[in-house]
Amino acid sequence: MSADQLVFWIFAPIAVAGAIGMLLSRNAVHAALFLVVNLFCIAVMYLLLEAPFLFAVQIIVYAGAIMVLFLFVIMLLGVDRGDDLREPLIGQRPLAVILAAAFVVEIAVAVRAGIGFATMAPEGFDAVNRDGNARALARVLFREYFLPFEVTSLLLIVAAVAAMVLAHRRARAVTQAELERLGLLEPPREEAPSP
Amino acid sequence: MVRLPLVLLFSAVLFSAGVYGVLARRNAVMVLMAIELMLNAVNVNLVAFATALRDVVGQVFALFVIAVAAAEVGIGLAIVILLYRTRESINVDEVNLLRW
Amino acid sequence: MTPDLDLVPFVPELVLVAAAIVGLLYEALARGPRYPVHLAVALAGIVVASGATLALWRYGGDPTVLAGAIATDRLAVLARLTVLGAAFCGLLLGTHAIERDPAAARGEFFPLLLFATTGMTLIVAAADLIVVFLALEVLSLSLYVLTGLPGRRAASEASLKYFLLGAFSSAFFLYGVAMVYGATGTTRIPEIANALVGRTGEQGLALLAAALLLIGLGFKVSAAPFHMWTPDVYQGAPTSVTAFMSAATKVAAFAALIRVFDVGLQALRWDWTPLVAALAAVSVVLGSVLAIAQADVKRMLAYSSVAHAGFILTGLTASNADGIGASLFYLIAYSAMTIGSFAVVGVTTTRGEDRTDLDAYRGLYRRDPHLAAAMALFLVSLAGVPPTAGFIAKVGVFGAAIGAGYVWLALLGVLASVAAAYVYLRVIVLMFMVEPEEALVSDPAPLPRIAIAIGAAIVLVLGLFPGLVTDLVRSAAVLRW
Repeated sequence: MSADQLVFWIFAPIAVAGAIGMLLSRNAVHAALFLVVNLFCIAVMYLLLEAPFLFAVQIIVYAGAIMVLFLFVIMLLGVDRGDDLREPLIGQRPLAVILAAAFVVEIAVAVRAGIGFATMAPEGFDAVNRDGNARALARVLFREYFLPFEVTSLLLIVAAVAAMVLAHRRARAVTQAELERLGLLEPPREEAPSP
Repeated sequence: MVRLPLVLLFSAVLFSAGVYGVLARRNAVMVLMAIELMLNAVNVNLVAFATALRDVVGQVFALFVIAVAAAEVGIGLAIVILLYRTRESINVDEVNLLRW
Repeated sequence: MTPDLDLVPFVPELVLVAAAIVGLLYEALARGPRYPVHLAVALAGIVVASGATLALWRYGGDPTVLAGAIATDRLAVLARLTVLGAAFCGLLLGTHAIERDPAAARGEFFPLLLFATTGMTLIVAAADLIVVFLALEVLSLSLYVLTGLPGRRAASEASLKYFLLGAFSSAFFLYGVAMVYGATGTTRIPEIANALVGRTGEQGLALLAAALLLIGLGFKVSAAPFHMWTPDVYQGAPTSVTAFMSAATKVAAFAALIRVFDVGLQALRWDWTPLVAALAAVSVVLGSVLAIAQADVKRMLAYSSVAHAGFILTGLTASNADGIGASLFYLIAYSAMTIGSFAVVGVTTTRGEDRTDLDAYRGLYRRDPHLAAAMALFLVSLAGVPPTAGFIAKVGVFGAAIGAGYVWLALLGVLASVAAAYVYLRVIVLMFMVEPEEALVSDPAPLPRIAIAIGAAIVLVLGLFPGLVTDLVRSAAVLRW
């Protein structure tokens, strides 16, 4: 067993265990922490698959930003409101298990049937990554894929506007209406015509 | 070198775990986490294919997926907060997720 | 190698984004009466983008530009124009909704609708699966927000439901894209087609990919059994947003479906057409049957939209220019019908209060004969009765399905149409033959009436003179790659 395989067989079970822990934990904070374990193991997989740049991005963006956002919202909504694990709809959970299992089997079959390229030249990424993985990514990203890159920026504008509009409810309109209802503010009157 | 089918199977297991989570959890934040798990499973797939094909495009794609996931989480959590303000619950089935 | 920078086929999107950003800045900086300015900016953006799109009809350059990311064929032009038309009407309806209900109004409505439109016009022209995925996300994220924009309970519930199921389906779509990439080593749709030609064995990955992509896009076009979100979202969203997304999302997602399946996965068509046929059959039957049980007009129209997704899929079982042309015609006709009928729903109300139950339509003819006549026209067209656009469209898709050997599917479609006619006729009877019980007043605002008039004109013209469009549709159905 090579070092690569050893690392894979150590981290893959941990990743799967993290995923299962997330699915089964009642407490939202625990679930989020299990997800962090899982995401970290996935980052290690990227390293194993010769994608060091993505390894860094995965840890910075997921562990550093996305999971913090999750934890922040969970705390905001209250930690004690855990999920209860009762059956949500009659028969939905067995159905979910069957669907998920069928999906794994289906993919396994397809993978066995469809691997035609696994016998490719084993020289690795050396040619592509000749002066660093980050530089190789940048070369593709800012030449062939610059349009998708710009579309991503559009996506982030939408997300920023959306988060602002939805989470930051209008202070102005609502408070004014409420103040009027409470009698703290007189309803707007017609202004006297100025001479 | 880890064999490609093994990695693909690993990602399929993670994806299926995500599918199970979306179908079985009731709390909207938990469902969102399960969706994140699914997106990460896809990313593992993309990076594995990139390695097998000696093609860096798969890694670029994974980078886009991470950006999309961040945007999705931002909007999803904003909607959750919005809903929490209008009614004190974020359990999905109280939101009538499934009805005719 | 630096890619060629032929930006001409991308001008419509640039114009839309520019208009959206102007709107955002205006919302942030301006005070005072803002909605007329917002509306003017957004409509100007739509009109200029439409002009730029029209100019692409005779584009003579490469089939794909910008490093293979954008297709320049006529399918992209026609689908973009349909989306832009839907956005035009959606803006009119949205402005009216804002004027009527200032407490729930947000100026960000206009830029967000333009962002959604940008995502839609981008996805119909995307020739790279990465761009398809990103455009799908742009349009979906904007629509989730538009749905929840009023901040009321029904709207935010609908928004959450739409978001969770939409993100779930996006993950399936993405998994499919990853599988395609693994099977062919590329994400460019024309290159995928070339890579799959002549490979008979070893297609397990590609087949799995086709199924996953169909699930992902099936959610977006609300085909059964992936339609669970449709009734609740259509009902909970503001009516103006419902009108816009029921038409424009369908056009965008179907155009993407046509490009991905009829170009990229063409070599596998004997494998995926049965799947499409199955989806079509389930959608047509389920949509028609469940529409009968609804007591709310918006839910009824939502199930009707599921059924219509099935009819369009029926046309796509013929994986050739006939099928694509019939489906495109259907999409244009359906857009006019659905926007028109949701626009009527938006003004058939007492002041301020949305009344979407069927009882609100009792005796509408007595109260507002024009409105009742327009609604009757849309309903007759949705039912597929001549001489309306809906009839011609249905004949087209059934013909394409029969040509492809799916006679059973066409028969099923005809039967379902007959059953569904009951749904629409019931409303017409309520409007014309029953006395009004309450003193409801329909809203006399001019803006929605413009949208209704546009929809009615298109439905009538396409019904009476289909020849005006069939040539355009036919030349758009020939995909260049």
